[in-house]
Amino acid sequence: MTQRISITVTVNGKEFKRDVEPRLLLSDFLRHELGLTGTHVGCEHGVCGACTILFNGESMRSCLIFAVQADGQEIVTVEGLAVDQDHLHPIQQSFWEAHGLQCGYCTPGILMTLVPFLKQNPNPTEHEIRHALSGNLCRCTGYQHIVDAVKLAAEKMR
Amino acid sequence: MKPASFEYHVPDSIDQALELMHEHADEAKILAGGQSLVPAMNFRVVQPSMLIDLNRIKELEYVRENGECLRIGAMTRERILEFDPLIAKRSPLLQEAAPNIAHPQIRNRGTIGGSIVNADPAAELPVLMIALNARLRAGNTSGERWIEAKDFFVGMFTTALEPDEILLEIEVPFIQPRMGWSFMEVAPRAGDYALMGVAAQVTLDEVGKCTQAKLVYLNAGDGPVDAKSAAQMLVGEAIHDELIDSVANMAGDREINPFGNVHTSIEFQRHLAKVLTKKTLKQAIERAGGNQ
Repeated sequence: MTQRISITVTVNGKEFKRDVEPRLLLSDFLRHELGLTGTHVGCEHGVCGACTILFNGESMRSCLIFAVQADGQEIVTVEGLAVDQDHLHPIQQSFWEAHGLQCGYCTPGILMTLVPFLKQNPNPTEHEIRHALSGNLCRCTGYQHIVDAVKLAAEKMR
Repeated sequence: MKPASFEYHVPDSIDQALELMHEHADEAKILAGGQSLVPAMNFRVVQPSMLIDLNRIKELEYVRENGECLRIGAMTRERILEFDPLIAKRSPLLQEAAPNIAHPQIRNRGTIGGSIVNADPAAELPVLMIALNARLRAGNTSGERWIEAKDFFVGMFTTALEPDEILLEIEVPFIQPRMGWSFMEVAPRAGDYALMGVAAQVTLDEVGKCTQAKLVYLNAGDGPVDAKSAAQMLVGEAIHDELIDSVANMAGDREINPFGNVHTSIEFQRHLAKVLTKKTLKQAIERAGGNQ
């Protein structure tokens, strides 16, 4: 018999209760169980960063955490950033204005990496920005406009 | 890919975890931060039939002082090493090396104990444990024991732990006056596995003679490589550039045994080891108060 475990997870401020198999990855839980498809799945071994979410406020790979481990914990996904469509999070707004994306696949993971980064480091140098982005692969942009977007976001948020 | 199915246990205390390991040592694997284990499970390189998750055991997450040593709980996150003021004061080598461990998102989840027990020859923490003369406390239901770091890493991804033992704590001696340190590595991109890396530690006496030296290398063999002969060349000497060159050659040509990989030839790893030995030694000597 496959083991199923009942979990209660707070995602973007809302509580969800589900029965899950232990082997279900948190990334797949968010996408398939909760329909929050903003969290993207790239490599599934922690290299690409597309699935980055906030786990109790800190950026982590949701493909390297099992959904059962999120029981009782607080998750924020990219869907939790904007107030609504007309009021984006300042980081999202900056990516829009500075054209910090092309295909957009890596963008949610990058945004979720940047939220705690800019909180801890409100006035980053370009070197610090590039270092912070090193755990998120983007194959379209060459990173230049992403770096510009982060600088703009830091300005907006100061 | 997705992991194969497994049975999941999440104990709330060390005692419960030890009890579970006692019952299921043959089939169970410990889940610490999971930043190496889960990728391996996603690829089905490993398919444990049971996981015992230590993430609820809060009594395994701490950094504290005990006599002349730091004690760090095995489930302490790697990220803590970068920001904890006690680590900065008592073990600046640990603090300096920490940002080299993968990416911040990985260090937020990955644990110190997990990386040590994983015993990846390319990982930073096993090398640091040897460089710092750390001791590791492991337990099972029959009791606990301390294992010296130099006896802990017995081969590639292999440690001295018994199948039912869990690593509980690491102990790192405080840095001492006139002791200098340095950690450097070369990786293709920030956060990648390093092609080569070195942890160096030297102690100088009042007249600038070396009384103790340690040089430990990552990705340089089937475990952390402690270049004892190279380090011994420094002891009793007033260190100068020519001596540093000979030490670097001894370590890079004779003592390390790198395998090469898709990113680097063995020759290039030896070259990097020599360059990094010189750089880390010079920095460590400077920090120890020497004149280099």
